[in-house]
Amino acid sequence: MELVVFVLASAMMLIGAVGVITRSNPVHAALSLVLTLFGVAVHFVALEAYFLAAVQIIVYAGAIVVLFLFVIMLLGVDKAENLSAEPLVAQRWLAGVAGLGLLGLLVVAVARGADVLATRAGGLDTSAEAAGGDANIQQLARSVFGDYVVAFELTSVLLVVAVVGTVMLARRRAAGDA
Amino acid sequence: MLALDPMLEGEVLWTPLIIVVLKVLVVFVVGLVATMLMVWFERKVIAGMQNRIGPNKAGPFGLLQTLADGIKLFFKEDLLPRRSDRFVFALAPFLSFVPAFLSFAIIPLGGDYRDGNDGIVTWFGVETRVQLADPHIGVLFALAISSIAVYGIMLAGWSSGSKYPLLGSVRASAQMVSYEAALGLSLASVILISGTLSTSGIVAAQSTLTDWHVVATGIVPFVIFLVAATAELNRPPFDLVEAEQELVGGFNTEYSSIRFALFYLAEFMNTVTMSAMIVTLFFGGPQPISYGGVTLDIPLIPNGLEGTVWLLGKVLVFLYIYVWFRATLPRLRYDQLMDLGWKVLIPGSLAWFMLLAVQRLARNEGWNVFTTTAAAVVVLGMCYALLQAAFSMSNRTREREGAQF
Repeated sequence: MELVVFVLASAMMLIGAVGVITRSNPVHAALSLVLTLFGVAVHFVALEAYFLAAVQIIVYAGAIVVLFLFVIMLLGVDKAENLSAEPLVAQRWLAGVAGLGLLGLLVVAVARGADVLATRAGGLDTSAEAAGGDANIQQLARSVFGDYVVAFELTSVLLVVAVVGTVMLARRRAAGDA
Repeated sequence: MLALDPMLEGEVLWTPLIIVVLKVLVVFVVGLVATMLMVWFERKVIAGMQNRIGPNKAGPFGLLQTLADGIKLFFKEDLLPRRSDRFVFALAPFLSFVPAFLSFAIIPLGGDYRDGNDGIVTWFGVETRVQLADPHIGVLFALAISSIAVYGIMLAGWSSGSKYPLLGSVRASAQMVSYEAALGLSLASVILISGTLSTSGIVAAQSTLTDWHVVATGIVPFVIFLVAATAELNRPPFDLVEAEQELVGGFNTEYSSIRFALFYLAEFMNTVTMSAMIVTLFFGGPQPISYGGVTLDIPLIPNGLEGTVWLLGKVLVFLYIYVWFRATLPRLRYDQLMDLGWKVLIPGSLAWFMLLAVQRLARNEGWNVFTTTAAAVVVLGMCYALLQAAFSMSNRTREREGAQF
């Protein structure tokens, strides 16, 4: 049963991921991305991380990709791009190198992670019985608002800075045009 | 694995399996019939408010009018616009229809919650709940589903390859994403008070009238939730998505036949589901009205069934309120819509949540609740003043730059 769920969810993710980079229509690519995100959510559910699964869908599928689509529709860039033009010199070559490097890192991480997992049983206790099914949420809350509260707050500051910066940049250009 | 339902623990047996299949069937059929009746109800009530008669030919009181309309839609020609994106055009109605039914699955439809019972009933020797599923994440599931529902409307407008539907869907996505934040934040107050995410737990926490979350959270989260839910449903006065005077018909202009019927069905199904959601979150769901040890008991009906009757009654009140909104309130302008969402509802729900959280903290730590609340109110008042200063500042800047909006 677990294997079936794993294979199906992974297939969803892979098909989606391939779709994102192969579809030339931006809207279709965004929809493929949604499929991938759903696959991740299914994986989370299978790992009994219900809260993460819900947040995955609410935040990524429900807000971020909707914003992508919103921008695509608003700017009217829903046409196939001409792929023969290369804005940066040698960017394809560099992308290939970077991709291979990332793949190598991932393989090493998984190989080492398997060793660690085999020798050490532990991590968060997310079994549904602990704390009447709310174990996920309680432990996440302790981590985020307890152990890692500084990092959490710094991240929110970073986001605010990004938003304010975006608004400032957008407004300055508008003022320059006028 | 996926449900808190006591029936699904242990190995899978035949009786629980059949009960689950029956539940799915009943929820589906009840959903469809409720939608059919809701369309009739809305037309009839609006007709009453406008001094008309409304549908009165098909069946007794015109009850079968929706059925006749549905059959007519099935037999119409299914048009596919030439400039449409075929796959997405076909997909969109389902993305709108399926979420409408999914969120109905987590609403407790009955069961005995009085006297501290947890709503578990025994059918054919199996303990279960009168709801299709009771996931751990409960109301978050509903939020996730409602955020998926945006896709149906958005993609329908885009894939039509036509101007007005596109305008409608751009409006829809902006509106639904904006109001989802307010919806989630007002929900947070309910979760803070009840201490659980599961819908059955939220219902069980509202055993007396003062425990109903509309009272326990103060009335503010309920009002915000009602307004945000109306906007999320794209119902009047927030129906800019399909403003027929401006956009022909909005996102579904190019749709006909069964695909249009699916959108129509999803819209009314969402109204029913959202009313049931409001009742579950703020008005005790299937709980009877009970105050100071006195419980209003409907005679002759066993307690297990009585919950369903109470739920039905409460949901009908909210359905009537939605129809009433539509009949009386004029549509908002687009900037009013965005101002209401971002400048009133989101800060309001956030401030109210902070206030409730501070009170909870004060009670846990043994501080004086009144002093703490007063201090929190002062701080929030300062935040409000800052916010107002920012708004007036940005208004002045806009006027100086000669912006038109």
